[in-house]
Amino acid sequence: MNSVILQTATRFLMPLILVFSVVIMLQGHNKPGGGFIGGLLAAAAFSLHALAFNPAETRASLRFDLRSIIAIGLLISLSAGLPALLTGQPLFTGLWHEMMVPGIGVVHLGTPLLFDLGVYIVVIGISVLMVLTLVED
Amino acid sequence: MTLLAIVISGFVLAIAAPWVTRATGKSAGWILAALPAAIAGYLISQVSGVASGQTVSVAYQWIPGLGIDLSFMLDGLSLLFALMISGIGALILIYAGGYLAGHPHQGRLFCFLLLFMGSMLGVVLAANVLTLFVFWELTSITSYLLIGFDHRRKEARAAALQALLVTGLGGLAMLAGLLLMGHVAGSYSISEILSRRDVLQSHALAPAITILVLVGCFTKSAQFPFHFWLPGAMEAPTPISAYLHSSTMVKAGIYLMARLTPALGSTELWQWLLTGAGAATMLAGALLAMREAYLKRLLAYSTVSALGIITMGLGIGTEKAISAAIAFILAHALYKGSLFMVAGAIDHETGEKNVDKLSGLRRAMPILSIVALLAAASQAGFPPLAGFVAKEMMLESALHAPIIAVVLTAALTLSAALLVVVAGLVAFKPFFGGERPTPKHAHEPPLSLLLGPGLLAILGVAVALVPGMLADPLIAPAASATLGTESHTHFKIWHGFNLALGLSAIATGVGVLVYATRSRWMPLAGATSGLDRLSPTACYHGVLRFVTAFAESQTRMIQTGRLRDYLIVIFLVTIGVVSYPLLTRVGPPVWNELGTLHWLDVGIAVLILLSAFAAVTAKNRLLAIIALGMAGLGVTMFYVIYAAPDLALTQISIEALSVVLFVLVFRRLPDFRSLSSRAGKLRDVLIACAGGGMMAGLVLMATSYPSATSVSRDLAERSYPEGHGKNVVNVILVDFRAMDTMGEITVLAIAALGVLALLKLRDRIDDEHPTAAPDAGGST
Repeated sequence: MNSVILQTATRFLMPLILVFSVVIMLQGHNKPGGGFIGGLLAAAAFSLHALAFNPAETRASLRFDLRSIIAIGLLISLSAGLPALLTGQPLFTGLWHEMMVPGIGVVHLGTPLLFDLGVYIVVIGISVLMVLTLVED
Repeated sequence: MTLLAIVISGFVLAIAAPWVTRATGKSAGWILAALPAAIAGYLISQVSGVASGQTVSVAYQWIPGLGIDLSFMLDGLSLLFALMISGIGALILIYAGGYLAGHPHQGRLFCFLLLFMGSMLGVVLAANVLTLFVFWELTSITSYLLIGFDHRRKEARAAALQALLVTGLGGLAMLAGLLLMGHVAGSYSISEILSRRDVLQSHALAPAITILVLVGCFTKSAQFPFHFWLPGAMEAPTPISAYLHSSTMVKAGIYLMARLTPALGSTELWQWLLTGAGAATMLAGALLAMREAYLKRLLAYSTVSALGIITMGLGIGTEKAISAAIAFILAHALYKGSLFMVAGAIDHETGEKNVDKLSGLRRAMPILSIVALLAAASQAGFPPLAGFVAKEMMLESALHAPIIAVVLTAALTLSAALLVVVAGLVAFKPFFGGERPTPKHAHEPPLSLLLGPGLLAILGVAVALVPGMLADPLIAPAASATLGTESHTHFKIWHGFNLALGLSAIATGVGVLVYATRSRWMPLAGATSGLDRLSPTACYHGVLRFVTAFAESQTRMIQTGRLRDYLIVIFLVTIGVVSYPLLTRVGPPVWNELGTLHWLDVGIAVLILLSAFAAVTAKNRLLAIIALGMAGLGVTMFYVIYAAPDLALTQISIEALSVVLFVLVFRRLPDFRSLSSRAGKLRDVLIACAGGGMMAGLVLMATSYPSATSVSRDLAERSYPEGHGKNVVNVILVDFRAMDTMGEITVLAIAALGVLALLKLRDRIDDEHPTAAPDAGGST
């Protein structure tokens, strides 16, 4: 596809969707959202890019090979389960730490957030991989 | 602690082996051999302690809920085997360094060899039958990798698979036997099982346990009728054959039989099975060897024969016979390891494997010829070598066997005679006589190829000449552990003039005579090839062919390759398994009060119905896809109205992506080429209605029978205090049920890779056969 309108719009939309997807991912623990939805949103952004420009550029913009991205995501999620083992609890027991951040308030940091980040990355990898493979076909 | 380190270290070094090999090049074998040598050194330091009756043991909790400990112990029997595994392992690594010098995959070979060594050490040191089983299977897997090392060759792959299938199936039978045994004995710990002999043997399951466990042992130790995989495994490079098929893997079965003798041994069934299989194996191996001309296959069949002799000794079960079997294990490991390495060295330096074409090599390789003669003399049972003593002990115990002593003695004497012939063929024939040209110019092999066979051959002499120093401290404790009581039999070279010595002399005489006149006998051996159609090998191939044909036919039947057929099966099965319990256990759905309908609900429902109708009646694909997407969006609107923003968000993203994916998939396809027949449409309508009806029923059911305890309320209450999140759905996904989610994303990742592989593979097929592109035309 070679549409100037779509390409220009994509240049502006892409960062917005990506930032929004991260917000959705991060707020997921308390409000609607989460890694899965966030990942799908980001994948939609990349799909838009692939359709507006061309899949080769999309691949280049991702920097990593998509299979590696999936693997990295899986590893991140898996690693979120390991700290619990070190403390003698069952695998994937959530561990939390509360900290005071000036200007924001109490922030809860925990291994489930790391896990969700892994889900986010895996979902991006999988969806973009499928879309790009089909677009390139 | 040390025992655990011994087992684990092999695996750890195996991972590093490729890098070590790359970094150190030619000396890699010598460097890597340091680990097994150190293990052997530690084991030697334990000899005197173990000989005086001490047992070293360690235990770690592994799966306490199932009574499985990661426990290891070192007693007389384990010590003998562990010493052979690590000692010969060190020599093999050095030998492999020379044998495959400059081979591009040498690092991989070292890796496999070390993995195998670690697994074998695990088998012989394990103090829990299930731990033992895990390592047992690891030896099957690593030997698969080793036999198939030269994986570009079809024969190597077939041989590897054959060994894996035979030993793997035996392993399964054995697992069942071990589980039954643990169940009856009330413990999986080997020492406890051994102490409950009476319980085990009086139990009704005793025969089943014995047979199942023995199937595992027999397949692993190549006992008749499972012997055929061993000669096939000679496809592996020689260092592997020398290690797996002389001293280690094939002895795993022997080890387990010896290990369990105190618990299962000396029943009538045990005696008959072991002596019967042992005697049959012994004769079959020796006779089949007569038909072979290739060095390694000759050795392989003589190994089969020797394994039969050992099994028979264990089956006879008297104190003398057990000691003889243990002595034979040691003697055989020494001479057969040596002979295999000699055979490899001959092949390596001359490029010739066929005995008939080798002659007069002693001038070109004087040292190797002496080594070969020493080792072969031990196999032939000439004094004063370890093989002689072991043979004498075995003949002596066969003469006094509690069952069929005459038959066993005659068979043993015949096999001993044939082993003399094999020894002559592999170690005398190539080195003596007139010189013959060989493909490569023959010369003495390098030190790395001489050290292993030389040292083992010399040990074969030393064991017999100074039994007090080498043989007694190893054999007596091992025999005691096998007997369950202390063994008093000694390993000595001279037993006086007795019947055994006379039989031994007859065997040697006959063997030498047959060897000298072999040109007259060989055609006779060749004539038996007509029986091959009835051989176990033929059965194996027959079974394999049947299984493949069966799998193919039922795959063709089930896997039609039409997406529609798969969907029909999936829907019908789902409808069936959901509706059946719903209707039989809960009863038909009740139409309960749904509350007042808002005009918005009605509007959305109409929209969804219209979209669905459009999707099924659409005349082109794009329209159908868009209509489907509309239906999905309609459902999303319900979620929005009924305050399920999470679901709405997920659904809308999924719908968007699937429309994109569908468009991408379908854009290349032509318009519908043919439409379904009237009957086909009717069938699809029926299935669709049943599916919709089932879902509607399910929803009604869920709303009309509220369960007593609400799971959702419980989770919602725990969500914030325990999961630090107010979004219950998300907390469940990433915290409460994180393990499930992990599984799901893994499945998704595999599915994505599958899609990738399918699309790429199709591209490749299209490239190779442009006309054979799959029929892309579909129908609704």
